[in-house]
Amino acid sequence: MSNDPYGDRGNKDWSVGNAKGQGSIMPKASGKTHPAPGGPFLIGDSMTAGYGAGPDILHDCTIAVDRGEIAVIVGPNGAGKSTGMKAVFGMLDMRKGHVRLDGEDITGLSPQDRVAKGMGFVPQTSNIFTSMTVEENLEMGAFIRRDDFRDTMAQVYDLFPILKEKRLQAAGELSGGQRQQVAVGRALMTQPKVLMLDEPTAGVSPIVMDELFDRIIEVARTGIPILMVEQNARQALEIADKGYVLVQGANAFTGTGKELLADPEVRKSFLGG
Amino acid sequence: MDLLNAFIALSNYVLIPGIAYGSQLALGALGVTLVYGILRFSNFAHGDTMAMGTMATILVTWLFQSMGLSLGFLPTALLALPFGIAFAILLLLGTDKVVYKFYREQKAKPVILVIVSLGVTFIYNGITRFIIGADDQNFLDGQRFIMSARDFKQMTGLDEGLAFKTTQGITIVTAIIVVALLFWFLNKTRAGKSMRAYSDNEDLALLSGINPERVVMITWMIVAALATIAGTLYGLDKSFKPFTYFQLLLPIFAAAIVGGLGSPVGAIAGGFVIAFSEVTITYAWKKVLGYVMPEGMEPDGLVQLMSTDYKFAVSFVILLIVLLIKPTGLFKGKSV
Repeated sequence: MSNDPYGDRGNKDWSVGNAKGQGSIMPKASGKTHPAPGGPFLIGDSMTAGYGAGPDILHDCTIAVDRGEIAVIVGPNGAGKSTGMKAVFGMLDMRKGHVRLDGEDITGLSPQDRVAKGMGFVPQTSNIFTSMTVEENLEMGAFIRRDDFRDTMAQVYDLFPILKEKRLQAAGELSGGQRQQVAVGRALMTQPKVLMLDEPTAGVSPIVMDELFDRIIEVARTGIPILMVEQNARQALEIADKGYVLVQGANAFTGTGKELLADPEVRKSFLGG
Repeated sequence: MDLLNAFIALSNYVLIPGIAYGSQLALGALGVTLVYGILRFSNFAHGDTMAMGTMATILVTWLFQSMGLSLGFLPTALLALPFGIAFAILLLLGTDKVVYKFYREQKAKPVILVIVSLGVTFIYNGITRFIIGADDQNFLDGQRFIMSARDFKQMTGLDEGLAFKTTQGITIVTAIIVVALLFWFLNKTRAGKSMRAYSDNEDLALLSGINPERVVMITWMIVAALATIAGTLYGLDKSFKPFTYFQLLLPIFAAAIVGGLGSPVGAIAGGFVIAFSEVTITYAWKKVLGYVMPEGMEPDGLVQLMSTDYKFAVSFVILLIVLLIKPTGLFKGKSV
């Protein structure tokens, strides 16, 4: 029995309620931001955080990405990789630590205000509007923009030519790899200053994975810093400028991608020798 | 055999009333389906929202009538309709602020909101009866028929008359306009697309910068307009009685579920399916069959499958059949 009065008990009857698609991000008002110059472009600095009143999941964890870089977070299952990303995006309760973006402390901002500040986020699952067409997905990505976004859309179509072909098809009808492209494309439509990807290659075939990595490198070359969580640690670290190995919600190893790949400890524990 | 007269009789008693009733149900079901799709619960208060909106329209109609305002051969209620809609919008936004918003902020599960809406139903219901009374109210004026049965007979020389009431004409025309506007809004405008995005995936909508509270507000405003229009048209066509509007909830929900909850096209199709089922099953077919059957084989009885008292049973049975055979409804809504 749960103590949560608004819990999930008795909610399987879809004739009365449409729980599918219901959000999990709790609405919250934004606090103030203040200038905090110096440091990397985006940093979640010594974050201690958890969900609601639950226990801490992150313990003094630091994740950062600088201009023109790809930073990769790897680690075993349940290490808090996705949680770390969510904490940087303001989707859970920070108990200690700060998030700074471009010389500004944004710890108090709500996720939607972080979007407005120029952060783009691609969640791991449910990262597209399945019932809407590819083009509508991109339009929704550009929702906060009031200017003409056709240029950006053309850029996204250049980056992912398959999407242009399928632009009038419902996004839910696409293959796994194509969906991920829609998801990344949607996030690019805001013209973010930093892009955060939560396991962009989850559930796609190895060939598609290679292609997605190539695309991500291409995005990074346009100058957008990328912070991503990745299951395929070896491949991800190969393209990473900076790597974070998390274990049980804390930083275990930090270094450039090459350093981590060469580190015998990291190899033994996380890369299979 | 007299197919022409049979067709006229069929049109007069089944087709035209069925289309008019179907349009009213479709407008009601659209409101239900929008709340289900976007606010994620079955809004049991929809019938009484219709009653409240219609009540406001009636009161303004009476005011206009006493002031001598009229629309000529059209009912004065059409002039009062915008005021009714405005009242319903304020009512729903107020209810949302006082009641639903609290639960939305807790991310309460849909089933809780369903029960909350049931409470809202009783309050609306009580207020409606308190203000306008529980009795039948008549607020129809203007010309009663576009074409009366007698005129039709004189015009064509046929035995059967075809009556076309003004209210039926208004219902059909209004329904077409409203549905076209709604679909244009949902599929072509920025706000409409943001509603569909929110319905599809709340979190991602938030991450795209869509303001949930704004989506909810627009939804309630559209639902208020749809409910008031549906209620007023029903009241003009039949009569206004608060309890009837509460009862309308059943065919409206049946329509929304038959069409596929969450699917606007489905709501419209479902509305007509339910309306025609009710009308054809409770209609006494003696007259039409008398024209169609070969001589000597005309039925003696009424050939009425069910008494009109059982019309709600028809909605129920169709609902059951759909849930058993095609749980997602005719138009691939959410699986129930």
